[in-house]
Amino acid sequence: MLEQTLNSLSGFLPETVLIVSMVVCIILDLILRKKSAVVSVAGIIGIAVSGYFAWLQLGAKSILFSGMVVVDPYSVFFKLLIGLSTIFVIIFAMFSKEMKESTHKNEYVYLMTAMTLGAYLMASSVNMLMMYLSLETVSLSSYVLAGYTKKIKRSSESAMKYIIYGAASSGIMIYGISLLYGFTGTLNIYETSIFLSRLNPASEPVLIISLIMILAGFGYKISSVPFHFWTPDVYEGAPIPVTGFLAVTSSAAGFSVLIRFITNSFLAGNLVQNGQYVVIPGVNWKEIMIVLSVASMILGNFTAVWQSSVKRMLAYSSIAQGGYIMLGLTVANQQGVAAMLIYLMAYLFMNLGAFFVLILIANKLDTDELIGMKGLGYKAPVICVGMGVFMFALSGVPTTAGFIGKFYLFTALIESKLVWLALVGLMNAVVSLFFYIKVLKYMFLMKPEEGNTQKLKFGAGAYIVMFALVIPTMVFGIYFTPLVRLAEYSISMFGFR
Amino acid sequence: MIEFKLLGIGVLSWMVFLPVLGMIVLLLMPKSAEKYLKYITVGFTSVMVVLAIVMMTIYDPSKAGINSLAGFQFVEKLNWIDIPAYLWDGRIKIEYFLGVDGISFPMVLLTALISLIGAIASFSVKRNEKGYYTMYLFLVSGMMGVFVALDFFLFFVFWEIMLLPMYFLIGIWGGERREYAAIKFFLYTFFGSAFILVVMIGLYFSSKDPETGLHTFNMLTLMDPRTLPADSLFGMLNETWRLLAFVSLFIGFAIKVPAFPFHTWLPDAHVEAPTAISVILAGVLLKMGTYGMLRISWSIFPDGAKYFMVPIAIIAAINIIYGALCAMAQKDFKKLIAYSSISHMGYVMLGMASLTAIGISGAVFQMFNHGTITAVLFLSVGVIYDRAHTRGLNDFGGLANKMPKYFAVLIVAFFASIGLPGLSAFISETFIFIGGFTNHFIRVVAIISMLGIILNAAYVLWTIQRLFFGTLPEKWNGLTDISARELISTVPLLVIVVVLGIFPSYMLDLMKSSVNLLVNFIWGIN
Repeated sequence: MLEQTLNSLSGFLPETVLIVSMVVCIILDLILRKKSAVVSVAGIIGIAVSGYFAWLQLGAKSILFSGMVVVDPYSVFFKLLIGLSTIFVIIFAMFSKEMKESTHKNEYVYLMTAMTLGAYLMASSVNMLMMYLSLETVSLSSYVLAGYTKKIKRSSESAMKYIIYGAASSGIMIYGISLLYGFTGTLNIYETSIFLSRLNPASEPVLIISLIMILAGFGYKISSVPFHFWTPDVYEGAPIPVTGFLAVTSSAAGFSVLIRFITNSFLAGNLVQNGQYVVIPGVNWKEIMIVLSVASMILGNFTAVWQSSVKRMLAYSSIAQGGYIMLGLTVANQQGVAAMLIYLMAYLFMNLGAFFVLILIANKLDTDELIGMKGLGYKAPVICVGMGVFMFALSGVPTTAGFIGKFYLFTALIESKLVWLALVGLMNAVVSLFFYIKVLKYMFLMKPEEGNTQKLKFGAGAYIVMFALVIPTMVFGIYFTPLVRLAEYSISMFGFR
Repeated sequence: MIEFKLLGIGVLSWMVFLPVLGMIVLLLMPKSAEKYLKYITVGFTSVMVVLAIVMMTIYDPSKAGINSLAGFQFVEKLNWIDIPAYLWDGRIKIEYFLGVDGISFPMVLLTALISLIGAIASFSVKRNEKGYYTMYLFLVSGMMGVFVALDFFLFFVFWEIMLLPMYFLIGIWGGERREYAAIKFFLYTFFGSAFILVVMIGLYFSSKDPETGLHTFNMLTLMDPRTLPADSLFGMLNETWRLLAFVSLFIGFAIKVPAFPFHTWLPDAHVEAPTAISVILAGVLLKMGTYGMLRISWSIFPDGAKYFMVPIAIIAAINIIYGALCAMAQKDFKKLIAYSSISHMGYVMLGMASLTAIGISGAVFQMFNHGTITAVLFLSVGVIYDRAHTRGLNDFGGLANKMPKYFAVLIVAFFASIGLPGLSAFISETFIFIGGFTNHFIRVVAIISMLGIILNAAYVLWTIQRLFFGTLPEKWNGLTDISARELISTVPLLVIVVVLGIFPSYMLDLMKSSVNLLVNFIWGIN
């Protein structure tokens, strides 16, 4: 036992690095006793190093800590995705005025590092209890971060709401897990799958009930309808870098664990036929996924249309984007999952980009309302053109990475003969275009108010970070070979292929 | 194989990416050089016209194209995306595949020509010129790409990309209700593209290249019946899925044409757009819809074209008559021309629905003619609007004496639009109706649509009367006649209209063999 644990440590290097860098950040913060970029940089370096070690694991497949976590290309993919997005978010926080003006010093750095640790574990755990614990690790740090600017009422309020929803849904989830455990006698998802596939026909109602309860926990993380109620308020109340973190990193982690759980446990045996997952009869989670995804897309998009705050609009749009990504699960095959990974990569750049531009704008204007952005395109042209790229990418216009993501999702649907679902998704994309383009309408089509036309100045750093997000969004829209190859390579999970 | 390369890059790539090069030049220009931006734009578009003329001298009209790679000219074929992937059935392949044949070549000529005219007409834009000309060149690049792309994916990318500059051009430099018009245009077309995208992906997965055994986006391969095996989604001729796919594509393209009942974006977009953009919109953009039908719907789904021949002809007839009636009811000059465009695009669709060589030649010819004639008409609207700041037809009268040169320009354009013999549209409309009569399935529809000619003459003559005859209201005593720049942008188009009216064979010869092959191909598939 001890020997196995010790052996596992070498495969646990990325996580270990994160723990070390978190401690280093805390100590640095104690020594420096003031707001300082040093801590942020230390955090970024820590995450980058752990990402490097994760990269070194690419291709390996091993099982660690007596079946708690695994190392496989799938988990490595998500570790890289999560690490990259966290690095971006920490950089965002360095730019954000909200974060600078808060009474805290550098706490966010190690809170985010802790969240990254939790997210890494989410991506790699194969034991339901481990899934739950890692999910809670992410949640607990997020609650604190949501209320980071504690002097601002809506921030504290959002943290409170987040805790209540989080507590409720994780309670439901752990109850679902305990039901399933009581039924199968195992917490390991592979053993669960073997057990379930022996039941024939496996139409026990307890399976459906426990599946739905567990989905409540995952659905809460990816803010899928009907577990989305916290999303708009928390996204609006939290400081923008934190919102970006919740929208991208946290939901990517949620997807990582959702995909792994659902495509490993409720299958007829641990097998894939021609890339198609063999779902156990009686627990047809494909239909559940269709309902969740269509509901998320429709509610997210149609509610976003009416928002006057860009931040809130992006919150609803994130719900809708989560719905698009879930489309990949409805087909229950490897293509669908690969399309989800492609979309998540595109989503990282375009959504973080949108939040970054919003940070820059909010720094100058102290508002995230649409009305305040009138004629901004003439005052800050470069930033607003960047916003244009992100908005078009989010709505899925070609030559942006967002189009490629949608293209592969709809491809998976159409090849599985779910044409109607693809059409629903596409019609939603048309609706989403309406509100994404509204931002551009305010920026470019409307003129700035009289006497308020001087240009806004941004530092070189802001432009560099923005272009670090714009360029991948554009380049991956034109040359998407790397995205596809990486996604295809990364869908190989422990036990599959 | 006919090739024409400059600096090792094929001429079609130059045509598509020269405007992008122009964009970069414009963006790099310092603020002090603002007044030269328009000349740079005109320079780049003139080079395109020169290239188009050179291409015309090299172009071999005896080659047909359509479904044989050997028949295409100026072909460029490179791998764009080529990923060996065990998912997605072995390999994902998207090609950078450009080429022209008798159907696309007239459109390429038209696009180059109208782009230059539009650039000259843009001189009246005074606000934020850098943004305007950048977007303008971006638009030109997208339009050109649509007409030369032979890979469905590439076609779709160009088709969508051209929406972005159009949105901003209407939305920023447009008239009073520009925001509404811009978003309406964008949403309508985006909605239509969703249908095209679904069919595109469906086709990709149904296809199996007979040579390589892989899925393909290559339009020429997709036309080959062997490419779609019988067990695939679109494999069985005249089966539900194929017909649905045809309808779906038709909706996508019909929105762009615009065909009834998807036409409502057009009057708004036209009225609000600045003059040059209206010219582009009517001159080139609408043709993308009908071109897409010929290139994709008619060629890849010939059974659908035959199956839906009559409904399409009826939609065309509604377009012709309803468009003309609406035009007659307009008091706004620009809106009148916009509705007349709907009416004239109906002729194009009627010619295409006839599925006869003469009808389709007429349709392609009409696409070209409508491009040139409507461009002059919109430019003329711009002329009067720049001077009087109103487009109300009832506000004018007796302009013939006040603005004689303007009268001369407009009268030729108007008579061309009616289809007066000796002017180009006469030939194309006649061909279309001959095509309609030849096909006995749609003969009745064609006869009914002829009513459109009378209505057309009625609203045009009434407009001439309201503008030019009668007494000149006091307030217009200060109007000046058409300026030299405006003459430069209109007269060459009118020369083309007259020349093609007398020697239509210049244009008809270009498309003859392609159209014949297309028609034989459509009727040959059973």
